[in-house]
Amino acid sequence: MTLLEAILLTVITASTPLLIAAIGELVAERAGVLNLGVEGMMIMGAAAGIAVAITTGSSAAGVAAAILAGMALAAIFALLVLGLATNQVAAGLALAIFGLGLSGVVGAPFVGVPREGIGKIAVPWLSEIPFLGPVLFRQDPFVYASFALVIGVAWFLGRTRAGLVLRACGESAAAAHALGFKVLRIRFLALLFGGACAGLAGAYLSLVLTPFWTSGMTSGRGWIALAIVVFASWLPWRAVAGAYLFGGVTILQLHAQGAGVPVPPQAMAALPYVITILALVLIMRARGGGSAAPAALGTPFVPDR
Amino acid sequence: MRLVLEQRAETGWALRLLSPLLAVALALVSAAVMFAALGADPLAALHAYFVLPLSDSWGLQEVAVKATPLVLISVGLAFCYRAGVWNIGAEGQFLVGALGGAWLAVATHGGAQGPWLLPAMLAAGALGGALFALIPALLRTRFGASEILTSLMLVYVAELLLDWLVRGPWRDPAGFNMPQTVTFSPAATLPLLAEGGRVNLGTPLTLLIVAAAALVAARTLKGFEIRLVGEAPRAARFAGFDAKRVTWAVFAFSGALAGLAGIMEVAGTLRQLQPGLSPGYGFTAIIVAFLGRLNPVGCLVAGVFLAVTFIGGENAQIMLRLPLDATRVFQGLLLFYVLACDTLLLYRLRLLRSAPA
Repeated sequence: MTLLEAILLTVITASTPLLIAAIGELVAERAGVLNLGVEGMMIMGAAAGIAVAITTGSSAAGVAAAILAGMALAAIFALLVLGLATNQVAAGLALAIFGLGLSGVVGAPFVGVPREGIGKIAVPWLSEIPFLGPVLFRQDPFVYASFALVIGVAWFLGRTRAGLVLRACGESAAAAHALGFKVLRIRFLALLFGGACAGLAGAYLSLVLTPFWTSGMTSGRGWIALAIVVFASWLPWRAVAGAYLFGGVTILQLHAQGAGVPVPPQAMAALPYVITILALVLIMRARGGGSAAPAALGTPFVPDR
Repeated sequence: MRLVLEQRAETGWALRLLSPLLAVALALVSAAVMFAALGADPLAALHAYFVLPLSDSWGLQEVAVKATPLVLISVGLAFCYRAGVWNIGAEGQFLVGALGGAWLAVATHGGAQGPWLLPAMLAAGALGGALFALIPALLRTRFGASEILTSLMLVYVAELLLDWLVRGPWRDPAGFNMPQTVTFSPAATLPLLAEGGRVNLGTPLTLLIVAAAALVAARTLKGFEIRLVGEAPRAARFAGFDAKRVTWAVFAFSGALAGLAGIMEVAGTLRQLQPGLSPGYGFTAIIVAFLGRLNPVGCLVAGVFLAVTFIGGENAQIMLRLPLDATRVFQGLLLFYVLACDTLLLYRLRLLRSAPA
């Protein structure tokens, strides 16, 4: 394996959790709901994933538990913002705080318990392609899942009737309601999908990337996923570019630290956060002030019978 | 049968007062369930959490010490949220304020220090917090970048900046390589209110600021402008109020208060810089602001309540071996309930008997 291949492999592993979480949040936001609690759902997925995987000895059970944990938190959020029409920003913050705390409580008995990570699967034939094969097709199942999610979501949002209805709920809830669509039910399903993706992304952190539990191990990835959605202008394909840009920066700063670049390691560690801010500013500049956000994003909807 | 929300024509004052109390009651019941699920006696846990911190002079002083930064930060945040400006990076502004003030204390340590030092430190802290808060304000008003994400990202940057300073240039040369600065000299330390006690001058100062902020919010044109921009941006524009200026003003104000809270924590309680100097005050203050109904006096009451949960959480960890993160779960739950109960102010829940059309 060449050095370039090795670097690309680590970039993919760093980018995959960002991509999975971002694609889930993208669907929720296209339906008009801003869920700022990605960080909380993600870390709950990480905690529930490793807790169940260690207890049952099955990685698959761990992944399932992570997805369910993410969905459960999303359901609480949905109850507040859809059922009770509360402020979405505040409810999302509450979800982030709640998830961070609950993951600490759930994960406490598992601190420092080592565990074998989920292995990689080589796709027959395709993994034999020179260069591309080992990089793209000798990966862990999560990477394949992230590819499938992007393709599936892009197809769903762009090419299906149901996807069109979901986007209508995000552009004008009142119009979608007047046409007879169940806005709240559609938004609820979109939120659940976002929660499942965030949980899955969390499972990737605790079962593959660093296969043990540490409190606060998401370290802001959920928030970066939110930024990726903005950066991607709410388009699934661009979310891939965003996630890989941020994953690449993370790996770049690790390599720079290892290579002894004469900069304090803290400055290097701050790079992904600074790049996130810069990317947000540049994308807004490139759009010239116009917003690509779904028009009804963040506004509660109360149907009048 | 199904439940629907129906808009209220107006909200009575009793309901406004009752809603946060109902939220607290619901959060307490949920906490009891959580404690039982963790294998602790719920009553003993609630006692350790909410009664013990208030039952002796040491506990009460500790509550005042912890409530001070919470109240100060949340008062600033209340102005932001009133204006519809989402500053969620108060934790970073708190840290940069602490750095700004501590810089003076470290730079003059063992040199020319005088009575000018302490006021200068407080001013530098407030200035540092305000300048750091103006970054997301600038990115918002100039480029339209979401202040939610930029202000939060800056928290991580501030944490790393603090980490670098206390491990690198500002480390105490005589500190056995520990990541901390020198212990501040008496001239750089906020005086205690009573000899041998824990409460310092920062607490009465905070009370003064709460009173002033309450006056500004309720009785001045500025307070009205902030509320109008938040609640009716179109009407505010017709009235000639500049939403960008309001964004700058509330960010600068809340950043200054968070920075002041930071330097008062360092100069009054810790007396040196160290990594992890905040147990998440900047984030808990968000909950305080909402529980306090975005009202300075409400923030005072709510800040005391959440300070109790910090100390109660430590009690419960020592006495009942409950994980410290249980406090965060309680705080998150509390914000859920506060938001849910606030819905009752705007809407009434109505049970429909007929099948939905």
